Amino acid sequence: MLHYIGRRLLQLIPVLLGMTFVVFMIIRAIPGDPAQVILGQQATKEAIEALRAKLGLDNPWYVQYFDYLGGLLKGDLGESLRTTTPVSEEIWPYLAATFELSLFAVLIAVIVGVNAGIISAWFQNSWFDYTAMILALVGVSMPIFWLGLMMQYIFGIELGILPTTGREEVRNPIDSMTNLYVLDTILQGRFDQLGIVLKHLVLPGLALATIPMAIIARMTRSSMLDVMRSDYVRTARAKGQKMFWVVYKHALKNAIIPVLTIIGLQMGLLLGGAILTESIFAWPGVGRYIYEAINFRDYPVIQSGILVVAFIFVMINLFIDILYSLIDPRIKYD
Amino acid sequence: MVGFAPKPSDVVAQQDKVAGPWHEAWRSFKKSKVAVVGAGIVLFFIIVAFIGPWIAPQGINEQNLPNRLQAPSFDHWFGTDDMGRDILSRIIHGARISLWVGFFSVIGSVIAGSILGIVAGYYGKWVDAIISRIFDIMLAFPSILLAIAVVSVLGPSLQNALIAIAIINIPNFGRLIRSKVLSIKEEEYITSAKAIGMQDIRILFSHILPNSMAPVIVQGTLAIATAIIEAAALGFLGLGAEAPAPEWGKMLADSKMYLINAPWTMIFPGIAIMLTVLGFNLMGDGLRDALDPRMKS
Repeated sequence: MLHYIGRRLLQLIPVLLGMTFVVFMIIRAIPGDPAQVILGQQATKEAIEALRAKLGLDNPWYVQYFDYLGGLLKGDLGESLRTTTPVSEEIWPYLAATFELSLFAVLIAVIVGVNAGIISAWFQNSWFDYTAMILALVGVSMPIFWLGLMMQYIFGIELGILPTTGREEVRNPIDSMTNLYVLDTILQGRFDQLGIVLKHLVLPGLALATIPMAIIARMTRSSMLDVMRSDYVRTARAKGQKMFWVVYKHALKNAIIPVLTIIGLQMGLLLGGAILTESIFAWPGVGRYIYEAINFRDYPVIQSGILVVAFIFVMINLFIDILYSLIDPRIKYD
Repeated sequence: MVGFAPKPSDVVAQQDKVAGPWHEAWRSFKKSKVAVVGAGIVLFFIIVAFIGPWIAPQGINEQNLPNRLQAPSFDHWFGTDDMGRDILSRIIHGARISLWVGFFSVIGSVIAGSILGIVAGYYGKWVDAIISRIFDIMLAFPSILLAIAVVSVLGPSLQNALIAIAIINIPNFGRLIRSKVLSIKEEEYITSAKAIGMQDIRILFSHILPNSMAPVIVQGTLAIATAIIEAAALGFLGLGAEAPAPEWGKMLADSKMYLINAPWTMIFPGIAIMLTVLGFNLMGDGLRDALDPRMKS
């Protein structure tokens, strides 16, 4: 097991280097003079020269790349052109907000998706099965940004029961320690604020969860149907064990492996979806951070934001791979 | 002698008996109601895209400011937008843009992915190692982020969005073709072709590529669905089509301002995206079941 983890970590090195190179090229590949493009046509010659020096564009590209790589190893993600603050300092609250939103969305997607899939398989060809699978089909095809707007309109504007933007009430700000507001309010015993925070999470969380939820439900159903036909499930039933335990204890354990793969793959979708969800719900996460940086042509932030998200994505995939072997000891990594 | 000549009806019957895999696939596809519904939706939008200019009640950019933000009515079935333009007409014209981006970005990905996948799978060794690592690196980015990175380099426009979407889908097709090539190149008929002195390039294009096509068609259909959503997402973020193009994602972005007073500006373009994507997804699922029975769930 440790050998496998070590080998996977080694294999990650070329991928991580490649990722840094792709991200490094974002500024360098801009057609024409990047400094001119960033500052616009009205910029003075001095300003352009200063920016070129700041971004290190005067050096040969390989020197620039090794400088960039050296900086990354020291935790230097560059400096925002807009706020002149180091990205490595600025990005934390945004990352925490995205983490909280993504975790909430994953929880909804897994709990609802897995259970809907199980019940659909359990009661195959029932009205529940048909309804759930039609909803899942529509859910997979749903543009997340449209779903977000529809939710804002229905629950925020028409029914007026849920907040449509932000993470907190402006008049009742949260005294944050970790930037994870749910955790903060629990630690501080501010349960009135916890309610507000959870209310703010519902719409963006649901919007972000919809596609993964639909995919997980479909995968769980087909995986469960395969397992439910197997001999050991029939034996368990024949021994008189209650159907609930047969499904949740015996069948699910074997059906969950392909579902776990799908959950792992959905993390990428979720991190990508965060940029769209956050821009709709004004959620101050890393997606919105990148989105705003695009509007201001703040390339160091675009670069580092994309790099950090991709890094997290790669790490999640590694984690999921390792998790397989813990859940299914039959998987061998030679 | 004449008595031995087969009757035309017998010939047809015999042809039916020895129906090829494509014929079998078509029969299987037709049996799936869901897949046929999907194909119907796709066909509907393709027809709309082609005859759009003739059936649209108004021009794409025909403004009528006194008529702005009108609710759906007999004159304007889907209402009007902030400039008094007929939303139905813009959606009809928008079908052309979305399908254009969907089809051509996927064609681009298929061509580039096929070339890279074939080269990697057939030649193996360091060529395979390099190409596979490039695919790994590209797949290490969530796709929409990679698309954003490409567009932020090239500049926001519909054409650049198409290029970005084509680029991000290359590794999916490349890996697929590579794995097919790896299994096909061990087949006996390829060994025979090599033994009779056939050139690599001819083996690749006349034997290996045609035999790898079935999964590419399935993946391609599903990829069009994703490409349409990604193009709309880039348009929504202001990184795709520019005003006044009636691109569905851009129309949604513009509707954000009028959510309270004119929700129809948001509802109908969204339905158009969802239906088109649903059509391609259903059709892709049906094709997968028909062309690759092992994948059937």
